[in-house]
Amino acid sequence: MPADLSPHLIYGPTGIAVFIIGLVGALCAQDRLRRVLALKLCSVGAGFLLITAAWREPPAAPDPVPHALVITGIVVMISATAVALALIRRLKSLEAEADTPQDTPEASHDA
Amino acid sequence: MTPDAMSLALFVPLFGAIAAFVLPRAASVIGLVAVLATCSAVAWLAREVMAEGSMTVALGGWAPPLGIALRADGLSVAMLAMTGAVGLLVSLGALDALRDARQRQYFWPLWLLLLTGMNGVYLSTDIFNLYVMIEVIALAAVGLTVLSGTRAAVQAGLEYMYASILGALLFLLGVGFVYLEAGRLDFAGLIAAEPSAGLSAALALMVVGLLLKTALFPLHFWLPAAHANATAPASALLSGLVVKAALYIFLRLTTYMPLPDEIVITLIGALGAGAVLWGGVQALRAERLKMLVAWSTVVQIGLIFIAFARAGQVGLSESWKAAALLILAHGVAKAGMFLAAGRIRTEVGHDIIADLDRSAIRPTLAQFTFALAAISLIGLPPSLGFIGKWSLMEGAMAAGYWHWVVVTMIGTLMSVAYFSRVFAGFLRFDRMKGELAEHKGWAIADVAPLTLAFAAITLGLMAAPILSFIELGYPFGAVP
Repeated sequence: MPADLSPHLIYGPTGIAVFIIGLVGALCAQDRLRRVLALKLCSVGAGFLLITAAWREPPAAPDPVPHALVITGIVVMISATAVALALIRRLKSLEAEADTPQDTPEASHDA
Repeated sequence: MTPDAMSLALFVPLFGAIAAFVLPRAASVIGLVAVLATCSAVAWLAREVMAEGSMTVALGGWAPPLGIALRADGLSVAMLAMTGAVGLLVSLGALDALRDARQRQYFWPLWLLLLTGMNGVYLSTDIFNLYVMIEVIALAAVGLTVLSGTRAAVQAGLEYMYASILGALLFLLGVGFVYLEAGRLDFAGLIAAEPSAGLSAALALMVVGLLLKTALFPLHFWLPAAHANATAPASALLSGLVVKAALYIFLRLTTYMPLPDEIVITLIGALGAGAVLWGGVQALRAERLKMLVAWSTVVQIGLIFIAFARAGQVGLSESWKAAALLILAHGVAKAGMFLAAGRIRTEVGHDIIADLDRSAIRPTLAQFTFALAAISLIGLPPSLGFIGKWSLMEGAMAAGYWHWVVVTMIGTLMSVAYFSRVFAGFLRFDRMKGELAEHKGWAIADVAPLTLAFAAITLGLMAAPILSFIELGYPFGAVP
């Protein structure tokens, strides 16, 4: 742990704040796309916090492990976003189909 | 590098998933072979663990904290074996249940990917690896949820996706806290770390994320729709296996991290009690068979958390065994029950509970299977579910925590009530609407669910060896 905590004090709480903004959005937003974006915000906040953990007293090089973790996290989140977007599009087209007269029986009797 | 059982259990399903995706025509064959090969690897691993206790493999020869190590002990092998065996039987059931070519094409890659993620969770020794694996599970599970392609399924799948990703991100934030506090992410580092406020916060974040993923009341909102609208084999995998991964991580973390205090444990038990009561009421009100079965999963998850909390903080070193028994019992019985429910729906043409009747064209064997699985879920002797509930109540009584006994008994009575709704329907002469026709009452497709349901009951007779097996390598603190 570094003696001077100022980067932790700035970036750490910022990361947590960004995460909380995302959390509120993910729980409260109605729009599907908005909820995906809110989840992305959460992942950025968590990444921020991890990056903070890489900081070391300036002459020393930063710890590479958190960087590797954040990159992995970004890759995971990209795939998750892609799946979520694909589902949203599919749902939209299914809803458009259902709005036309011939309703599918599976869609209608599921409460 | 010579192949070892743990790497095989991880990489066989992964390469199988890729092969099944690249060669869609041979997907079923590749899938079955890969699942069989994974099961053999797990059997090999089980033999080794039984002979030598816990084992560790450093992937690529890099030891932690720099590299990634895999570790197997009694509990993880028990989970691997349950996953493999249930998965193999569900795969056999899927051969018949998935009639649609498109569904069959995508089922196998997704299921093998899911198997990779589950095996990865049970073998992981560091929490970042666990994060990646639960994301792999989440993506594959969402794919399986929406496999049927109906609007209800896609809607439920999207809800599931939001909940699952949010749970994983809460876990990731917890991982960040751990790295800030301890500077390490492997289990050995967690054990060595000094208890601090930061670590407690990390544990809290990770536990909330896991509760969301395992659907403990009141974070269960996504589960019933997702599990009820998926195709039968997918429901069996989701309900029997997927929720167990987060439960397993929960059990592991609570042994490695600073112990949660009495209030937290009581709160977890109270949430479990809420799940048992609320899930029971919803199961009583459910209109469709699969919805009833899905709500019963909510109840059983609650029961597992009550087992965890049954004797408070001092009893934790024993309580995890009751929870583990219930996890295994539920996995086997629920997979069988969902497959049977799918069979009933296919044969009868609907799954509306109020319209079930004793017509001549009923799928007798599937209904019998449903009843057998219900015996284990209700907890009648000699099923594994009975042993799990027994050890829950025994521990609670020994510790003087009678309230958990009361909740468990109420939950048991409620489960008798809601499963009886279904049994009564199976036996109703007065409702007969179906045309009388020739029907054998059984089909080859009934073999897989029937085997699962029988296993759920007969495993209860083997409870003592199972219990001594899951204790192999305990306490987990023995990690190098």
